[in-house]
Amino acid sequence: MGVTARTMLRTLFPDGLTKPPSPTRGAHTVQYPHVKEEPVTRARGVIGLHHDNCTVCMLCARECPDWCIYIEGHKELAPPRRPGGKPRQRNKIDRFDIDYALCMYCGICVEVCPFDALFWSPEFEYSEPRIADLLHDADRLADWMDTVPEFEGYEAGSTQKKRAVPQ
Amino acid sequence: MTFTEREQQAYVDAASADARVNVELETEGMTLNIGPQHPATHGTLRIVARLDGEQVVAAEPVMGYMHRGYEKLAEVRTYPQVTTLINRIDWLGSFANEVPFILAAERLMDIEAPPRAQWIRTALFELSRIANISLFLGDMGVQLGALTPVFFAFRDREFVLNQIEAVTGGRFHPNFDRIGGLKDDLPAGWIAETKSVMAKMRGFCDELEDLLMGNEIFEARTRGVGVIPDHVAASFGLSGANLRAAGVDWDMRRDNPCGLAYESLDWKVWTHPDGDSFARYWVRLQETREATYMVEQLLDGLPSGPIMAKVPRIIKVPAGEAYVATENPLGVMGYYVVSKGELAPFRVKIRSASFSNISVVPWVLRGVYVPDVITILASLYFILGDIDR
Amino acid sequence: MSAAASLSVFAVELAYWQQTAIKLVVVAIVIPTAALILGYVFLLKMMSFMQSRLGPMEAGPHGSLQLLADGLKFLQKEDVFPRRADRAVFALAPAVVLISTFLLYVVLPMGPDAVVSGLDAGLFFALAVASLSVIGVLMAGWGSANKYALMGGMRAAGQLIAYELPLVLAVMGVVIQAGTLDLNKIVVAQATGELFGWGGIGFPFILTQFVGFAIFLVAVQAELTQPPFDMPVAESELVGGYQVEYTGFRFLFFFMAEFGTAFAFAGIASVLFLGGWYVPGFDVDSNWLNLVGPIVMFVKIMAVSALIFWFRFTFPRLREDQLQKFAWKVLIPLSLLNIVMTGIFKVFV
Repeated sequence: MGVTARTMLRTLFPDGLTKPPSPTRGAHTVQYPHVKEEPVTRARGVIGLHHDNCTVCMLCARECPDWCIYIEGHKELAPPRRPGGKPRQRNKIDRFDIDYALCMYCGICVEVCPFDALFWSPEFEYSEPRIADLLHDADRLADWMDTVPEFEGYEAGSTQKKRAVPQ
Repeated sequence: MTFTEREQQAYVDAASADARVNVELETEGMTLNIGPQHPATHGTLRIVARLDGEQVVAAEPVMGYMHRGYEKLAEVRTYPQVTTLINRIDWLGSFANEVPFILAAERLMDIEAPPRAQWIRTALFELSRIANISLFLGDMGVQLGALTPVFFAFRDREFVLNQIEAVTGGRFHPNFDRIGGLKDDLPAGWIAETKSVMAKMRGFCDELEDLLMGNEIFEARTRGVGVIPDHVAASFGLSGANLRAAGVDWDMRRDNPCGLAYESLDWKVWTHPDGDSFARYWVRLQETREATYMVEQLLDGLPSGPIMAKVPRIIKVPAGEAYVATENPLGVMGYYVVSKGELAPFRVKIRSASFSNISVVPWVLRGVYVPDVITILASLYFILGDIDR
Repeated sequence: MSAAASLSVFAVELAYWQQTAIKLVVVAIVIPTAALILGYVFLLKMMSFMQSRLGPMEAGPHGSLQLLADGLKFLQKEDVFPRRADRAVFALAPAVVLISTFLLYVVLPMGPDAVVSGLDAGLFFALAVASLSVIGVLMAGWGSANKYALMGGMRAAGQLIAYELPLVLAVMGVVIQAGTLDLNKIVVAQATGELFGWGGIGFPFILTQFVGFAIFLVAVQAELTQPPFDMPVAESELVGGYQVEYTGFRFLFFFMAEFGTAFAFAGIASVLFLGGWYVPGFDVDSNWLNLVGPIVMFVKIMAVSALIFWFRFTFPRLREDQLQKFAWKVLIPLSLLNIVMTGIFKVFV
């Protein structure tokens, strides 16, 4: 009985018994719609797409364990780098959809992307009343790029290189 | 009495109890379906119990309500994809599910992860053990009718899950283990924070020792209830804390530490001679506390270096067979991987701990009272995903 | 000793039917209010704080209207009968349980005259009607045509009967000391008693009857089927026991009866052991006590209920056979011993 009483006092009086009670700070719960919990940097919330880096190589779509990425593209000719050169061939995205109703949030697509086009954002508020609306198209995925945080540094003794998020 | 004799005796007892009920009292025994939808089954386990009053004459677990066919699904996924599937088997200690599979694949490919990866792997393994078992420590209270411990468990487990999320990006489904190492290194500041969380978890263990284990009613409900002697535990293939609570000193972490950094740690395997529900709870509590010390040691002695061995970009596992088992939070979990040298495994057999652990249920539930059914089931601690896979 | 007298503080005299009507309305209001207050303060808030959380925060300031919202929701629900249920018994059971709670309030004194009906054998009446709820619970268990409900009902019957005895025996000590069964006279006896020759705060019987008080609280806990004695409902084994098939307003009846009874029993405990409505410094017959008394009683009731609910949120539950053993082997001998000691005390001191 001592434990429960202690916990109650700790919840009611987080600053000590002499201060006024403040259960909102003493409790460990967060009143969600009013207060948002800050997710960690690496949290896998939603995937952001950086259009310029995508080469429509389809690696992500192939490696996805439940095949929830739909990609279509076409080739087009871009103006040459130097005047007088040959026009370059470039792959252009027609469609890049991720179906979050199917996604298992494993992160394999982000990991296998060889051109740094996909990034995790910790954003989590995108539930929809209709399941079909969970299919995010290329524009929506590009919007998520704004919420992608910078990569954090590594603990001492690591040989990993810190990566950067393209702006 | 040998086991078969005991079995026969129990059958005779059950039959005579039925006869007694039917003839002398002229009432019928009652068949009670506990589950598949029942708060004590943590999911969808069904237990068909034949009752004589409040006494269980015979009980039979019926499983398969949550079968998801992971063994078959793994045959059509490449090796890196399999890890996302299998960390949904025991969803409370999910990182621990990935480790034996990755170790088996590494053995087939003849790769060894660098030391830093092994140490971080072991630390995350123990963190998922703490996250898993701390929930059991609270849940046992709720099964016995104490409302508060489970909220303490959820409160303090959250700290551990936050630490796991800070490294892996996933609270429940990390998918962090890779063939040849890990996906990423530890973020800055993580070690110091984890150490403070470990101190908090020890506080949680002390709190529960005070709130539940020191409680006379808890002792009355668990002491001498659901006794599984050591030879029965061994013959039913029990593992993990259920086996150690029966007095068998067997821990895969100490006895077969393949690919994990347990040998360099200073720790102790806890056993309890009683084999009852109280012993199972006690052993798990001690293991949680021991695990917090192990994590601290692992983080103190973390070697520097790379976290990934040299692995080809497209992983093709050479033909062969390998079986690797580790001491997961629920007991021994093993993967038998058969490869034909292709992108996907040819066959994966999953030996999950809960499936073997609940096989003792018909034996141990015979003759107990209905409330004890819940105590025993709770103290055996199974997770439905781990039974049905 | 009637409401007429109780209202004389306002210098109003009322006819008999008017008094009756007022009493009915007061009791009908008090029970839901008591259930709401206990439910909110203890079930929602104290339990949450003990578990490091806040509890409901949305309905009203700090969630204070949450239970009203819940009640409204229950009223809107469909009135479901299980197909094989014994319809009449099933429908009647919650009402029987609630009536037993209503009857408890008849004798609960809130002031020297603020009592619905001051019976001479008030304590006897209270304990008798409290055990009526067993019938309702048995009806619910049987009428639901559900195995879990049946087991819950049977357990409840066994438990409530086993704990009726320590409950009665525990209050015997108080009755011996006060020399009366009238609840109001017990309060007066405590008010006029003297503590080692000093009458400053009267003589609350808890000073000599603390064993009785402890037994009474334990037995009340069992009567209310609250943890650690909640096997009849036992949500983790019997998924709600005799309440399993009830929804809507019938479930609301059970809920109100449980908390209303908790309030009433806390009231009886404060009358028997804590000095009831008496405030030191007032004359025992003073009319002002009719106004101050209810407030004092309310404070004492909340203190006793806090204790009851604190047990509830801390302890796991016993097994049915352990509970019976505890009643017959510990509580009853202890309360008998208590009666003997009280007798010796009464005769020689």
